[in-house]
Amino acid sequence: MKIKDIAELLNAEILTPEISTETEVHTACGSDMMSDVLAYVKDQAVLVTGLNNPQVIRTADMMDMVCVVYVRGKKPDALSLELAVESNICVLTTKTPMFACCGILYENGLRGA
Amino acid sequence: MEAIKYTYTVPGDDFTAAGQASTDLKRKLKVMGVDPKSLRNINISLYEGEINLAIHAGGGEITVLVYPDRVEMYLDDNGPGIENIELALTEGYSGASDAVRSLGFGAGMGLPNMKKYADEFYIESEVGKGTHIKMIVYLQ
Repeated sequence: MKIKDIAELLNAEILTPEISTETEVHTACGSDMMSDVLAYVKDQAVLVTGLNNPQVIRTADMMDMVCVVYVRGKKPDALSLELAVESNICVLTTKTPMFACCGILYENGLRGA
Repeated sequence: MEAIKYTYTVPGDDFTAAGQASTDLKRKLKVMGVDPKSLRNINISLYEGEINLAIHAGGGEITVLVYPDRVEMYLDDNGPGIENIELALTEGYSGASDAVRSLGFGAGMGLPNMKKYADEFYIESEVGKGTHIKMIVYLQ
């Protein structure tokens, strides 16, 4: 699916209009522990998280991810959005909780490691 | 052959700034055409080290030497040091505070990740004096 499909499925708001939502993605992971993302994630393209600080975007950048979804209505600060745009990472926010987000994305074809 | 050298100072009191060095190095190495797998290994090992400098050591210095066949990374701090290195290298062991955990780190994966993703990993530490780490990633 494309990032724009994720936005639609999760009823999410796109916070980085500068970044294309046409990018195709096949894999995702959900975590609030960036240490775990760095330790166990392989080639996931999408990070679903409830953590909200600039290290989320830096971690996604280090892992070459292309999209970060903030759950439970969280919105990143200006620095995070700036970093995301610099790193060409699309940022979404949804009011849907983490568990439901992961379920919806899995049901629609995204897979984990 | 002479290496290309980059140096970074990691502040110890600004968690939001941690990662700047890793981000900068990633961009530079990408422009140099470093292969994606090596680049990923360099990114993760240096980023974990940088986070450690920020949250455990009160800041420190990073020196990176880029050779045609390898990247050497040196992380030096004058922080509290590590009492039991073997324990600190155990996955899941962490001396991090709850405050650090609330930031998404401190799961006890920092040093193990650095060791796992670097091709060579060396660590020296003395309590009360600081920690010195050398990592090498060979380019493919």
